[in-house]
Amino acid sequence: MPTAQRFYLREVLDGVALTAGHFFRNMGRHIAHAFGRPVKGAVTIQYPEERRPYSPRLRTLHRLVRREDGSPRCVACMMCETVCPAHCIYIVAEEHPNPEIEKMPARFDIDLGKCVFCGYCVEACPEDAIRMDTGILEFSTYDRRSMVYTKETLLALEPADPDGRPRSPIPIPPSRAV
Amino acid sequence: MADVGIAIGRVAFVMLFVLNLGGLLGWVERKQSAIMQDRIGANRASIFGLRVMGLFHPLADALKLLAKEEFRPAHADRFLYWLAPFVSVFFGLTAFASIPFGPVIEVGGRQIPLQAVTLNVGVLYVFAMLSLGVYGVMMGGWSSGNNFALLGGQRAAALMISAEIAIGASIMGVIMVYGSLDMMEIARGQGELLWGWLPKWGLVTQPLAFVLFLTAGIASTKRIPFDTPECESEIIGYFVEYSGMKAGMFMMADFLETVVVAGMTTALFLGGWQVPYLAADGFHFPGGAHLGMPAALVVFLQVMAFVIKVSVMIFFMMLIRWTLPRFRYDQAMRLGWLGLFPLSILNIVVTGLVLLATGGPAS
Repeated sequence: MPTAQRFYLREVLDGVALTAGHFFRNMGRHIAHAFGRPVKGAVTIQYPEERRPYSPRLRTLHRLVRREDGSPRCVACMMCETVCPAHCIYIVAEEHPNPEIEKMPARFDIDLGKCVFCGYCVEACPEDAIRMDTGILEFSTYDRRSMVYTKETLLALEPADPDGRPRSPIPIPPSRAV
Repeated sequence: MADVGIAIGRVAFVMLFVLNLGGLLGWVERKQSAIMQDRIGANRASIFGLRVMGLFHPLADALKLLAKEEFRPAHADRFLYWLAPFVSVFFGLTAFASIPFGPVIEVGGRQIPLQAVTLNVGVLYVFAMLSLGVYGVMMGGWSSGNNFALLGGQRAAALMISAEIAIGASIMGVIMVYGSLDMMEIARGQGELLWGWLPKWGLVTQPLAFVLFLTAGIASTKRIPFDTPECESEIIGYFVEYSGMKAGMFMMADFLETVVVAGMTTALFLGGWQVPYLAADGFHFPGGAHLGMPAALVVFLQVMAFVIKVSVMIFFMMLIRWTLPRFRYDQAMRLGWLGLFPLSILNIVVTGLVLLATGGPAS
């Protein structure tokens, strides 16, 4: 160790100068910010109110795409259920009233407690009926059963804004509502 | 009757000053570290939606700590385990008593020194109280019935001894220069001018002692970079077994010691309550200019000067705490015994020689 460093004092003063520089610079910016100047004294993103912009490719909560008449575009081909590595999709098929469409799902449940957000279901879908573009990431619950999202919930969701801000409210299952 | 009232007033001022400042330091620490690290810091605690820059966080902390379960380990020594945090906080609080926060004022023919207790040996009293604080720490470490806590207490004791020796030795120079052990006399002595323009603060007359004292003082507060006794984050220290408000009291004691060391540094090295060039009847500038002031305003300015100096010292100590990493145990010991202690002896010798050459202390 060089002799200058063995005496600590100069190094300590250097370090203190660095941190004090940060302190006073940020303090000045905070004060300028309080007077309405467009500077920020911190890099903090105040999360629930502010969000970091999400990438449009980010895989978030699933949604089922609707047809013109509001029925699911899904034809219950079971491709997603088959490809899903986590086995978190559960589909029950039924006849569609329109004879030109083969089937539709009677039930379409996704267990988000198991889902690994790999996006294979989206890629496997031949009808472009399932997408992961809602921008919703906050769906923690207090019990496992409310992690299961049903067809009705998934159909009601809207895609996110271009900047990744979710447009639908977070679908809170009744059991989770306080 | 009036004497009792005055005495209570003096004590109350010091008590409230130290206690509130100690409580506020939790907020200062959070916010200052946040601003130093380009963050915002805790700002969510609110009362009726009012946040006030997170000022309610210390309040929320205290409420949380009071509401928490007080767990006492089965092997703990009941009485000492209970007593230890009180001892820590008690000596942290009482240490401030003989530090003057203002000059001796004269009201209605009465001489009222603005300090909680007037002591001829004020300096020694503060050190005695600071040193006794380590008993709380050792008691806590021993009585917890936990070997890690015991080791933490041992580390605390070793660190405190090596720091306190350096503290005691480093202020010898100050005592020699101002010729008194009374803190009020030392503060008054620092109001004089050197060569007609330089305030004779301890920082000017004893620069080496200032550095040594501040280093040892920071060590005696048991905070980073000298937090080997505590090490909350990993190797754990003397208060492992404490929970709830008792753990909070140990934390509080650290903050109180920070306030006391800041107060000591102010009183001994930064001129105490002195404002440069301010005498009892107003400012006397070196050029001969004079600005008259009413006595009450002078006293107010001087008390404010003391408060501001203490705040600046606390700011500086927080700055150190959030700048430096922890000293290893042997490094801290080596710094205390082989660095600070010999240097303070050297300081005493040099001060003595200089005083001999210039003809003794000023008084």
